[in-house]
Formats: sequence, C-alpha cells, structure tokens
Amino acid sequence: MSDPDSTSASTPVPAGGDGGTSAQVQAQAAQLKKVKKQKVLLMGKSGSGKSSMRSIIFSNYLARDTRRLGATIDIDLSHVKFLGNLTLNLWDCGGQEAFMENYLSQQRAHVFSNVGVLIYVFDIESRDVERDLATYVNIISALVQYSREAKVFVLIHKMDLIQPMMREDVFESRAGVVRRKTAETIAMVRKQQPELTSPSGGSGGPMMMMGPGPGNYPHHPYHQNQHHPQQQSQNPPSAAPIPQLDTEMQLFATSIWDQSLYKAWASIIHDLVPNLSIIETQLASLGSAICADEILLFERTSFLVVSKWSSPHGDTNPYGDRFERMSNILKSWKHTCSKYTGTPRNAEQFSDFSYKMGANFSMFVTKFTTNTYILVCMPPGEARFNSAKLNVAAARPWFRFLDGPVIAPSSMASPSVGGTNAEQGNGNGGE
Amino acid sequence: MPSTSKRNGGVDSRPAHSVEPQTPPPRRGLVRWISPAVLNLERVYEQNRQRVQKKDGGKAPAGQSPVPQTKGKPRLLLMGQRRSGKSSISSVVFHKLPPQETLFLESTARIQKDSLNSFMDFQVWDFPGQIDIFDNPNFTFDMDAIFGEIGALIWVIDAQDDYLEAVARLNNTILHLQRGYPHINIEVFIHKVDGLSDDYKLDIQRDVTIRIQDELSDQGVENAPVNFHLTSIYNHSIFEAFSKVIQKLIPRLGQLEAMLTNLCRTCRFEKAYLFDVNTKIYIATDNTPEDMASYEICSDYVDVIIDFTEVYGSWKRPDEWRDKVEAAPWKQGIESQIACEWAESGMVLADQQRPIMLREVDRFLALVAIMKEGSYDKMPQVNMNVDVVVKGLIEFFEITKTKATPGVVVGALAGDGGGE
Ligand SMILES: Nc1nc2c(ncn2[C@@H]2O[C@H](COP(=O)(O)OP(=O)(O)OP(=O)(O)O)[C@@H](O)[C@H]2O)c(=O)[nH]1
Ligand SMILES: Nc1nc2c(ncn2[C@@H]2O[C@H](COP(=O)(O)OP(=O)(O)OP(=O)(O)O)[C@@H](O)[C@H]2O)c(=O)[nH]1
Ligand SMILES: [Mg+2]
Ligand SMILES: [Mg+2]
Repeated sequence: MSDPDSTSASTPVPAGGDGGTSAQVQAQAAQLKKVKKQKVLLMGKSGSGKSSMRSIIFSNYLARDTRRLGATIDIDLSHVKFLGNLTLNLWDCGGQEAFMENYLSQQRAHVFSNVGVLIYVFDIESRDVERDLATYVNIISALVQYSREAKVFVLIHKMDLIQPMMREDVFESRAGVVRRKTAETIAMVRKQQPELTSPSGGSGGPMMMMGPGPGNYPHHPYHQNQHHPQQQSQNPPSAAPIPQLDTEMQLFATSIWDQSLYKAWASIIHDLVPNLSIIETQLASLGSAICADEILLFERTSFLVVSKWSSPHGDTNPYGDRFERMSNILKSWKHTCSKYTGTPRNAEQFSDFSYKMGANFSMFVTKFTTNTYILVCMPPGEARFNSAKLNVAAARPWFRFLDGPVIAPSSMASPSVGGTNAEQGNGNGGE
Repeated sequence: MPSTSKRNGGVDSRPAHSVEPQTPPPRRGLVRWISPAVLNLERVYEQNRQRVQKKDGGKAPAGQSPVPQTKGKPRLLLMGQRRSGKSSISSVVFHKLPPQETLFLESTARIQKDSLNSFMDFQVWDFPGQIDIFDNPNFTFDMDAIFGEIGALIWVIDAQDDYLEAVARLNNTILHLQRGYPHINIEVFIHKVDGLSDDYKLDIQRDVTIRIQDELSDQGVENAPVNFHLTSIYNHSIFEAFSKVIQKLIPRLGQLEAMLTNLCRTCRFEKAYLFDVNTKIYIATDNTPEDMASYEICSDYVDVIIDFTEVYGSWKRPDEWRDKVEAAPWKQGIESQIACEWAESGMVLADQQRPIMLREVDRFLALVAIMKEGSYDKMPQVNMNVDVVVKGLIEFFEITKTKATPGVVVGALAGDGGGE
C-alpha cells in the first residue's frame, strides 16, 4: 500500500560523539561515488527556530508541533536523504552560548571544515541584536577560515511576529545590517590572513558575494535585484584584483507559519541537487510535448520544489510566490489526508489530484517517480488533459535517475540505465 | 461583470438603523476582504450565466440586485466580554484572516457591521465587549434595531479566562431577550478551547450549561433556545459551529438534506457536504451521522481548490494563449473542448484508493463528497448523477432567493421546487 518510511528519516547521533563523521563521510563518498553528500550547518541563537524549521521541512512536523521541541543539546546530526542521490548531513547546532563558544574553540575545525552550506538563523524578536551579530561575526570568521567555498544562507526568522505592514521594512533594515557585518568580517579576515586570498581566479579567496539576496518577503511587492551600493564601500579600497566569488550569501525572511519557509529551503537545496541541468532539460521537453503552461517537480517528503518549468505564457503568471505556495499547500494537504486516514504523515498520502476549472485551466498533481510528485498546469480541454496524463506516465522512465545514485550525465540519454525503483525502495534511512 | 466592491463582504458603511451615531469606519488590520479566487469564481459564474442566458433566451437567473440591502438579511450578533475573541472569530471566518494574525487586532470601539453576500445574504454585527447594551448609562440602544431581524445571537465566552462575569451577563441578556424577542437563537461559543484537554473542555461546558439553566429556571424561563458549542479559531471547530448556527436559518433545510442523502445512496458516497466556498461553512450534509474528520478533510479540500484557483485561474491569459489553444490540432473553441463549464476536481487518497470529489454548484456553493473505496472507476456515472443533483440545487437556491421578501427569510413557496 504505502511506501516504506520516509526516505528522509533523520537519524540523531549522540552529541559530540561523532568525531570522525566528516572524514568518514568523505571516505564513503569517494568509495561509492554515487550519492552526493553535503554538510549543512544550521546555526543561530538558542530559540531562534532552527530545529523547528528542520522538523517541518524534513520530518513532517506541523508548525504548532514545534512548540514542544526542547533546546538542542550540542549538535543534533541527521542524514536527510533527498531524492535518490543526495544526502544532506544536517548539523543542527544547539544555540545556547556555552555550545556556541565550544564550536568556536574546541570543536572549531571539526564543525567548520568541509561545510557545503551554512544556514544562519536570526530571531527577529531577539532583544539583543548587537550580541547576536557579534556571535554571527565569529561564526562567519570560523567558516571562512575552514570552508572557503561554503554558501551562506541567512534567515531572518519568525517574521510572523511582526505586523504585516511592517515586515518588509523590518526585514530590509535587518538584512542591511547583516550584509554590512558580513562584508566587514570578510574584509577583516582577509587582512589578518592574507594567505586566504588568492589574487586571481581558481578556488580563491574568502570573498562573499554581496549580491542582493532574494529575501523579499513573499507577501510584499518588493522585488529583489536592488543594488546596494553602500556595500561596495565596505570593501577595503586596496582590494584591487576583482576577487573570485567563492562564497555566496543569500538572505530570506522566513516564518514557520507561512510559505516563506519553503522559498528559503527550496533555494538552499536547489544548488545541491545533482544533475539539475538534466532535470531541467527533461522537464522542458516534457512540458513542450504536452503543451503545458507550467510543470513543478516536488521532492515527495519535504514537498520542496526541486525544479520547475514554465512556458512563455505560464511565465506571465503574476503570482511570483506560487512555487513555495504550492509546496505549502500540498504539504498541508498531505497532513490533512494523514489525519483523515490515520496513516503516518511520512507515508504516501495521495496518489492523484486533478482540477479542471471550466474554460480557464486544468491541472493535476500526481505521484511521479518514487521520490517525486509532479504538478502540471495546462490550458483547458478534456482531450488535452487526458493525453497529458498519459504522457506524464510515459515519461516516468526518463526521470528514473531521480531515484537512483548519480549516473554519469553522458549516459542519461538512455532511459533504461541503472538506479531502478526496486533498487532504491529499500535504500532507506540511515546512511 | 459583478461589481466587486459591492459583493465582497466588506463593511456595510451605511447606517441602516440608528443604533449609534457614527458610521463605522472600514476596519483596519484585515489582510483582505475576499480572495481573488472567489472573485474569479464570481466572474466565471457571471460568464456562464450570460452564456446560458443567450442560449435560453432569458430564462437564467437575473444577476442579483447590485445594492446590498440591509433590511431583511438574517443577522448574526457577536457579543461577549472584552477580548473574548469576537472580532477574531469574525475576521477568521468571514475574512480569511490567518488565525495567528488576530493577535494584532485592536479592541473594538463601535459596533462593526459586515454585510456578507453569500449563498444567503446575511449580516454579522461585532459588538464591543466593553459596552453592555442593556445597562449603559450614556446611551439607550434601539433594541428593535438590533434584535428585530430573525437571526442568532452568538455569545462568546473565553474558556481560558475566568468566565463567571461573562455567564452573568449572558444570563441577563437572555432574560431581556426572552421578554421581547423569544425566537432569537442563542448560541453560546465556549471559545479558545485550543490547548485545553478534552475532559476539561467538557467540564467547562457542563458548568456553563448548569449555571445558565439554573439561573433561567430561577427566573421562571424554561426551554429558552440556548445551544452550546466548543470553539477555537485555530482549528475547524469555529467553522463547524458557524455551520450549525447558519443551518438553523436556512429555509427548507430538510429538503436540501434529502437531496444530498439521495445522492449519497445513488453514487455510493460516504458523506457529502454542500459548502459555502467563501466561508467554508457547510450549509447542508446528508443524513449519515456527523463526523468531524470528514468535515475537516472536505473543508481543507475546498481550501486547496481556492488556492489553486487563485494562483492559476485568477489572471487573464494573453490572447495568443487562447489562439494557440484553439489552433490545430484541436481546431475548436475552448468552450467546445471542455467537458464541464464549472469547476470540478477529483482526488484519490493513497490509502485504499478512496476518492474525494468536488463540484462547483454556483458562485458561492460547492458540493464535496467522500466516495467509497475503489469507486474511482465509476466516475462517469457519478458525474452524471452529480450533474443532476447540482441542477436541482441551483433551482432550489434560485427559488428561495427570488421569493425571499424583505423581513422574511423563508422563501414561502408552494410545491416541490427542485427536490430529487
Ligand atoms: N512565532 C514563531 N515562532 C517560531 C518560529 N519558528 C520557531 N518558533 C518557535 O520558537 C521556539 C524555539 O524553536 P526551536 O526550533 O526549538 O529553536 P532552536 O533554534 O532549535 O533552539 P536551540 O536548539 O536551543 O538552539 C519554538 O517554540 C518554536 O515553536 C516562527 O517562525 N515564528
Ligand atoms: N488561544 C486562542 N486565542 C484566541 C482565540 N480567538 C481569539 N483569540 C485571541 O483573543 C484576543 C482577543 O481577541 P478579539 O477578537 O480582539 O476580542 P474581542 O472579543 O473582539 O474584544 P473586544 O473588541 O475588546 O470586545 C486576541 O489576541 C486573539 O488572538 C482562540 O480561539 N484561541
Ligand atoms: Mg534546536
Ligand atoms: Mg472586538
């Protein structure tokens, strides 16, 4: 009936006792050469909402369930299997001061080496902003020291506690401060440790990309791509060579009570997904073949958007937040179904959902590959709808690589290559 | 095209009665009055209506009178102590405010009158908790203006607070009403029960009930129409309670229920609901026992459909889009390509392959039904039966609506208009 347990079961590891993990992980990765592993640090002050977000996105918690979460002791490590070929090693780092000091001192190398992504969470309600920023600066310094190429995502969290009218302003001003602090920190580290700066290309210096983060709050008309000229001036004038942008930073306004959470986390996982360009190409050809307006591909447990495709007409949709909205809607629909059927939340809950809105449009959401759901939105018409459904079913084999280990992109053309469904159905849980 | 501002359930700013000197200002702090999805459903409805009208030469229902009428609409009065949650209830149920945003609502200073255009036009009056209309030194209220219309008084009691004073005021109110307006339904919402254990909820309900009945019988009042509901804005209970309240105001409810019961039998449905899409209130269901779980999943289904509609159906596609859709290989107008003019949806639960279906009835109503296991194959027959019942429902509401006269909600009509 329903699938075995969630493929993204989280496996807590005894705190502190994981000294060899990252080394092991590397060895394993090298050995298997199949599943891509990524070390993801989740940091921020105690109570800022780190464990809440992780539990909602990956463990099917409802937002209100998070009220019962206790403070995380030291580091809570979980292996989240995402699709068939990516494992996130999620380090949920308890944020109480004593722990933070420990990460920065005794555990410094252990925590901050080999990091793929740092997610830093600020609680918008925090009283002591200065102190939060000071801690943040220390964390960034350590990260830049040990993992120069890590990506940084800063989440300004609990935005629901701000009056709706004020959210945009509050977020912008806080984001500005964080950007400035980040730039200052980078500049400082570079001065102190010039050996970290590589003069030209390559995997060079710890330079933050100070690009505008797509952190606009979804409810607001504000759009990104605004430039922040003041940041330029934060760079020391002596930085003559245009530095390689190794480290990227993006800022998001988030809350567990709305879809903003899905926007941020979809961006976080987006660049980590292997074979993304293949997924995109295949979605595009499927979309054109069935004359769809839009196709979204979701990971089945988190319902994060893995990839999306829109036709030129679908692209004119004025709802810019629709991707995270669909994630949120479908995930809560899954919870509704689970409550009704009494089956576990991480079990498969619905197999097919179709909606035809008269002469306006048609759409369906359906189980696609073992690890994914697909949403197709298209023009109205009974025949068009039926043939699209058949074609989507027929296209499944072409996307089978989503369920298996990485396949060399060159062999992708053939739909029959490895990574079959059977193989990965039991490849579940702890890695 | 219906004018949106007229039917969006906004505050009716014209003082219909001299309850108080000032006109209430538009309420602040609400996110939106109506979702674009609903507006769009209305637009689609209007298009359909015009099309049908063209075809049938004017037999279709004429559009509604564009001016919201205050008179003759059943009125729901929300009363209770300060901060008991009256404005929150009205905002969440009638204006789709996310529950956690009620934290930002300000205390109500004047009576807020909302006029809602729904399957049935009704008004919601949200009273300031700080004013006791029966005991006010500064102002005498025109009781007829407040209680003169058929409707219900909803008394909200904060279950997380000390409720003795609330109960005392409620008793006083009931006694007053019994003298002049004995037919008004009194609905007591024992509110904010989220976070309370089931046992504790029932204890409170028992305690409140006894305190009221004792007081009433001491005063010689028996059989006052008082009902109790346990509610919270953080779950479906508030919508369920409103459903019950509204159902009592629907003329010929029994006939509606019979239609749905019949449909369940012929289509092997487990449960069917007729929803007011705008408020997620169900205005009728079949005669199988009540089941909160079924109501919840069907109500959430309506939510999903509203969201899909808003995101993908509420904006105009460019003309080239239509050209392309109607071009080869289809070579047909969109209208000829579709099977059903109205919104329709089907969903299959992975658990035992149980389907749930939704069908738009008119611009306000949708039929939602949970089907029996494995009945997905029978969809074509099911759809035919549903079509027939939907036609019957449309007739039912046309008749009740057009026949309703000011002051009387009940469509006093003879004959069997639309029963199946
Ligand atoms: N209002 C609001 N509360 C939130 C949000 N996210 C989390 N919370 C609440 O914040 C509290 C603390 O959340 P946790 O996730 O345990 O915090 P943490 O960052 O993991 O804390 P440590 O483990 O001590 O580092 C919980 O009660 C959550 O319900 C949010 O977006 N809005
Ligand atoms: N826990 C909980 N809180 C609620 C519920 N309903 C309302 N509240 C809270 O109660 C507080 C007061 O709500 P209001 O709706 O302003 O109260 P009111 O009855 O309109 O108050 P007045 O206008 O002063 O008469 C708000 O902070 C709401 O968030 C509920 O069901 N559960
Ligand atoms: Mg934690
Ligand atoms: Mg109020």
